[in-house]
Amino acid sequence: MQGPLGLHRVHFAFTITFHYIFPQLTMGLALLLVYLKTKALRTGDEHYNRAARFWAKIFGVNFLLGVVTGIPMEFQFGTNWAEFSKTAGGVIGQTLAMEGIFSFFLESTFLGLFLFGEKRLGRVGHWWAGFFVWLGSWLSGYLIVATDAWMQYPVGYTRGLNGEFLPSSFSKLLLNRWALWQYAHTMLGAMQTGCFVMAAVGAFYLLTKRFESYGKTFVKAGVLVGVVASILQLAPTGDMQGKMIANFQPPTLAAMEGLFQTQDGAPIAILGQPDVPARKLDNPLVVPNMLSFLTYRNWKAHVRGLDSFAQDQWPDQIPLLYYSYHVMVGLGTIFIAVLVLAAWLLWRGRLYTSQWMLWILMLCLPLPYIANTAGWMTAELGRQPWLIFGLMRTATGFSPRVSSGNTLFTLLGFMGVYALLTILFLFLVYREIEHGPEPEESNRQPLAVAAD
Amino acid sequence: METVWFCLVAIMLAVYVLLDGFDLGAGAIHLLVAKTNEEKRQVLASIGPVWDGNEVWLIAVGGTLFFAFPLLYASSFSGFYLPLMIVLWLLILRGASIEFRNQVESAVWIPLWDFLFCASSLLLAIFYGAALGNVVRGVPLDGSGYFFEPLWTNWRLGEQTGILDWYTVLVGVLALFALTMHGSLWVYMKTTGVVNERAGRLANLAWWTVIVFTILITAVTFAVLPQLRINFSRWPWGFIFPILSIAGLLGVRFELRGRNERRAFLASCAYLTGMLTSIVFSVYPMVLPARDGVHSLTISNAKAGAYGLKVGLAWWIVGMILVTGYFQYVYRSSSGKVAADTDHAQK
Repeated sequence: MQGPLGLHRVHFAFTITFHYIFPQLTMGLALLLVYLKTKALRTGDEHYNRAARFWAKIFGVNFLLGVVTGIPMEFQFGTNWAEFSKTAGGVIGQTLAMEGIFSFFLESTFLGLFLFGEKRLGRVGHWWAGFFVWLGSWLSGYLIVATDAWMQYPVGYTRGLNGEFLPSSFSKLLLNRWALWQYAHTMLGAMQTGCFVMAAVGAFYLLTKRFESYGKTFVKAGVLVGVVASILQLAPTGDMQGKMIANFQPPTLAAMEGLFQTQDGAPIAILGQPDVPARKLDNPLVVPNMLSFLTYRNWKAHVRGLDSFAQDQWPDQIPLLYYSYHVMVGLGTIFIAVLVLAAWLLWRGRLYTSQWMLWILMLCLPLPYIANTAGWMTAELGRQPWLIFGLMRTATGFSPRVSSGNTLFTLLGFMGVYALLTILFLFLVYREIEHGPEPEESNRQPLAVAAD
Repeated sequence: METVWFCLVAIMLAVYVLLDGFDLGAGAIHLLVAKTNEEKRQVLASIGPVWDGNEVWLIAVGGTLFFAFPLLYASSFSGFYLPLMIVLWLLILRGASIEFRNQVESAVWIPLWDFLFCASSLLLAIFYGAALGNVVRGVPLDGSGYFFEPLWTNWRLGEQTGILDWYTVLVGVLALFALTMHGSLWVYMKTTGVVNERAGRLANLAWWTVIVFTILITAVTFAVLPQLRINFSRWPWGFIFPILSIAGLLGVRFELRGRNERRAFLASCAYLTGMLTSIVFSVYPMVLPARDGVHSLTISNAKAGAYGLKVGLAWWIVGMILVTGYFQYVYRSSSGKVAADTDHAQK
């Protein structure tokens, strides 16, 4: 990853990875807020409204950081990837502009109402405000995934006179089958982040014996929604993504799995380190025939290894891709185990007193963030060496006039600004958690946006 | 079709400048019109419910440029690489300072964010102005459709220009003054008490700087960039735009005298709209003029495919109807003055 290309890639990778820390919680938590507000509306119990208010404060800080780190993403296509923007802007600009117009305006309007309009809107009105915040955030997720899906699996386009991509079917672009499965998989990932964060805070309260009634509500909501999301994450959504990759991006599948040799009855690697120059996996721990079965539902199926593709078709970061994929799958498996066990304890009525399980739930907090990040790295490193799979190489997409010195300058600048944001975020969210969902009205002053 | 999109992008840009302009302006004057913590909260509360939505217009403009004029988006964003990145950092700081300020009651926390809010708003106004100056002056585009401008070179209007030269800095200063006036008028309209009085006085003061700089820069612009006169002689109806801005500017003065706060703010909107549309009109059909006059990006060489523009127009209209609804609702529900009381700046 030397030279301008490498720097532009790291620039985008760093800023998008940092950005996605926030939207995944926004989208996951938005759904759980709707859940809490629905409970409040149905039971008429003020407990759920207080719980929702507590999470709304964390949601607000998290949302703001999502917004301010998201604006640079919209600009970076042009600043750092000008050649790509010029060539493909007619297509991907559509979904990106739609995101701004259909979801960001919706979100910004209703978030203000949700955070500060509870008294004015009334019970039902406030529920709707929460609903529209959820809708806006999930719509935004779809339009971004549809943009990425087009780069993974381009459909509904023609080529112009200068080779530029022009949309030819709006419905194909929006209803790309790759986008539908990838969206389901991504949203389930976001839900798991929301659930683990909520459950971890609940477990923290139960373990420290404060706000225990809230602790129970949070753990219960997190575990129940989380267990469903985790299972659906594996199948059908994860499974379908794997099949689509096998069909449309076969070199990616081989690299993800660390499969160097083409074979019948291909094994799946659980552990091992790819040694690309030697074309082998070191210290492999494999399950024989499993990859063939998972991909083609046939234990002896023929699976193409990296050796059956020309080397210029290989993803250029094979070890990192392999690890990202294995971390994602490994963590996904752990989530299912933890949440199924926790749900069982909940059903038996023992979860709130099982100290060990509460410890596990609390300590799981960072793991869904890692899994979501690893999942996106799998998707984007797996797409390499292509920017638009099979059509435009990454090496041809960056801005020709932006020098490495300038790219490094702004990369370092973003690192500095984001380091500061990280400290602020952790500080402010920890304060909220420490402060807890107090029954009585907090006497601290509201945010500046509390003006209404 | 490309002319339609040219107008739509110009309208969106104008809406962004009018809306985010007043909250940027309010930020820039924040430390001047508000002395105590309560007064500062009053200024913040006047923009609190709307600033985030205003800023979404910037993203909407960016996205629309991206799909309607991909080459313009690619060329200008990569050519203006450094100032855009600086704008992004300032937007991050500014957003953080508005929302984080009131989270902690502390004698080090609040002044820090107040300072950052003011400084970032001020610098953003100057950078936006300088960016506009760059578009008017032209950039060193060549046959590849690309250019790259360092922040500054020799501060002259030569072939190898930087983002900042004497001309663009002048435009940046005018932008700062104009948004100071615009923001002061917003705060004047939205507040009561001592903040209201100070904002009114500041608007008056800013008005003089705006009129001096507007005349100065208009004269300079037509002197050094004579090609900008062409459209006005070709389509004389275009004089409506400069007339609108003159009427707006005189209107600000007149309404300030009459203490018609709302109408003074609307007059300032007319001034800004007139200025922007005059620029856009005189540049048309170029979207990014080249210094050499040959390699300019125009609506026809930068546009996207016909199908994309047509489909885009369909969903754009639907989207804008929704957006208009949201904004009407938000502005109506936060209408009226922010009280000067000390009760947590609640309306």
